[in-house]
Amino acid sequence: MATGLKIAVVERDRDRAIQIIDGLMEAGDHDITVIGEDSGLARKLAMLNPDVVLIDLENPDRDMLEELTLASSPMERPVAMFVDRTDDRATQAAIEAGVSAYVVDGLRKERIKPILDAAIARFHMISRMRVELAATKAALAERKTIDRAKGLLMKAKGLSEEQAYALLRKTAMDQGRKVADVAAALVTASDLLK
Amino acid sequence: MTLTRLDCGFIPLVDCAALVVAREMGFAEEEGLDLVLHKEPTWSALRDKLALGVLDAAHMLAPVPVAMSMGLGGMAVPLDVLLVLSVNGNTVGVSRALSARMQEQGGARDFLDAATTGRALIDAAESRLRIGVPFPFSMHAELLYYWLQALGLEAPKDLDVRTVPPPRMADAVAAGEIDAFCVGEPWGSIAVEAGVADMVLPGCAIWRFAPEKVLTVRRAWSEEKPELAGALMRAVWRAARWLAVPDNLVIASELLSRPGYVDVSTDIVDRALTGRLEISPHGEERRVPQFLEFFECAANFPWRSQAAWIATRLSERMGMDRAESVAVARGCFRSDLYRSVLGPLGAETPAASEKLEGSLTERIAVGSSRGQMVLGPDFFFDHKVFDPAISN
Repeated sequence: MATGLKIAVVERDRDRAIQIIDGLMEAGDHDITVIGEDSGLARKLAMLNPDVVLIDLENPDRDMLEELTLASSPMERPVAMFVDRTDDRATQAAIEAGVSAYVVDGLRKERIKPILDAAIARFHMISRMRVELAATKAALAERKTIDRAKGLLMKAKGLSEEQAYALLRKTAMDQGRKVADVAAALVTASDLLK
Repeated sequence: MTLTRLDCGFIPLVDCAALVVAREMGFAEEEGLDLVLHKEPTWSALRDKLALGVLDAAHMLAPVPVAMSMGLGGMAVPLDVLLVLSVNGNTVGVSRALSARMQEQGGARDFLDAATTGRALIDAAESRLRIGVPFPFSMHAELLYYWLQALGLEAPKDLDVRTVPPPRMADAVAAGEIDAFCVGEPWGSIAVEAGVADMVLPGCAIWRFAPEKVLTVRRAWSEEKPELAGALMRAVWRAARWLAVPDNLVIASELLSRPGYVDVSTDIVDRALTGRLEISPHGEERRVPQFLEFFECAANFPWRSQAAWIATRLSERMGMDRAESVAVARGCFRSDLYRSVLGPLGAETPAASEKLEGSLTERIAVGSSRGQMVLGPDFFFDHKVFDPAISN
């Protein structure tokens, strides 16, 4: 088997970086480095001189990597954004997963494919986790608001907790709004009146 | 009427105004379009999503489709420039320390004097000048190279043009990673507000009429869906015309300042829209004519000579074949589509698709489809003229 490739992963979030490394380890025996700091990105890459650079498509620092594709790039070897013209779906899958890869020119496709596949799988997993986390956070925030609104009603109108919630729900139904929205409006109004 | 969905990416900058207005003021809907605008994190992400068909259209730096047609950066997907979204609108800012040294070197009193300011900048630099731009393929980079090379600076020996994401520009100056920057609004004003930089020159003082952002689609898409491409062009052109009415700028500023778009205060957006720039943290103001032009002087017409200029500059710097580069670049500025789609609407369409770039120092009437149209000044600061025919 050919020796492993030198892979740089540009990722600031430590947990996400670990996820990606785990995925890449499964794809073979490669030398993986994570670059977490955004300043001096080009210089760090030049020192590292990797064969493959992986970065989140949505990473706000990604434009700094475009210099790698220029003749005067800080890396000595020319680099291209990974695009497999024979397999549009692979590129499409990478974009959908939110990963972009820069690959040193002339590297054989068979050597890149497993790495990209592993990265795609991990990025998908990470984005699912991200969505779940966001949903959980939103649900928690909603519950908190509803609790506060209930508390306000209980105090102001001398209701029980159940009655307070029933009132919120009825108002929401009458107005065709979500309970959480009605609760938020009440909380805002009461903050204003303080 | 059911609307046809059209996904268009943009970068949060004041010069995306025509797209925002096309959506928010109903010009897109009038054309049967549900114009969905997607805020993108970087130029490379925007370009790749357009190339791969995730987006139908994009607010793009004018040199990007040219570079792509030349096989530079990203994938070589043929793109079409349907119209120019904005002309000019960049500023050059320098660190406060460098600004003070420039003053000592006899920096220009005139905000539009690129030659004096450039010489002062070169003289005040203590080592190799490091200047930040948003993207390697950008009018920002082209203007800087043109300006400082014309004044005798050698790149890359004396000049290090680096990519710095605009939201990080002020921090990069403050941290001493760069000495200066060339960036689009609101980022120049934000660096001034942050107290880390002085604005020393508007981009239009280097080239008086530089195509800045272009409305770009995949050629395969515009060929497959010509009616949709036409509808998009009409909507955006009407939005640009709306932006040319001074009374509308208050609304435009309000729209752009929303969180979904540029997400900065209207006070900052107004500076670019009205061309009244605050150039230092002390609130010194300068007025710049056509600082950011959306419509007047046939601003939306995609001149093939503009594409040729960009291709010539890029090919010289990258050591590529000039004639070949210019030929492919010309083809992606679709002045033919502009004429056939927007001519019937009353858009000014010049008789020619190319002009001498840099030959006009004042407004002038020229031949057009409807008799006469007005072109504005388009001179370079060094008064050289670019003749696209000679680059053949």
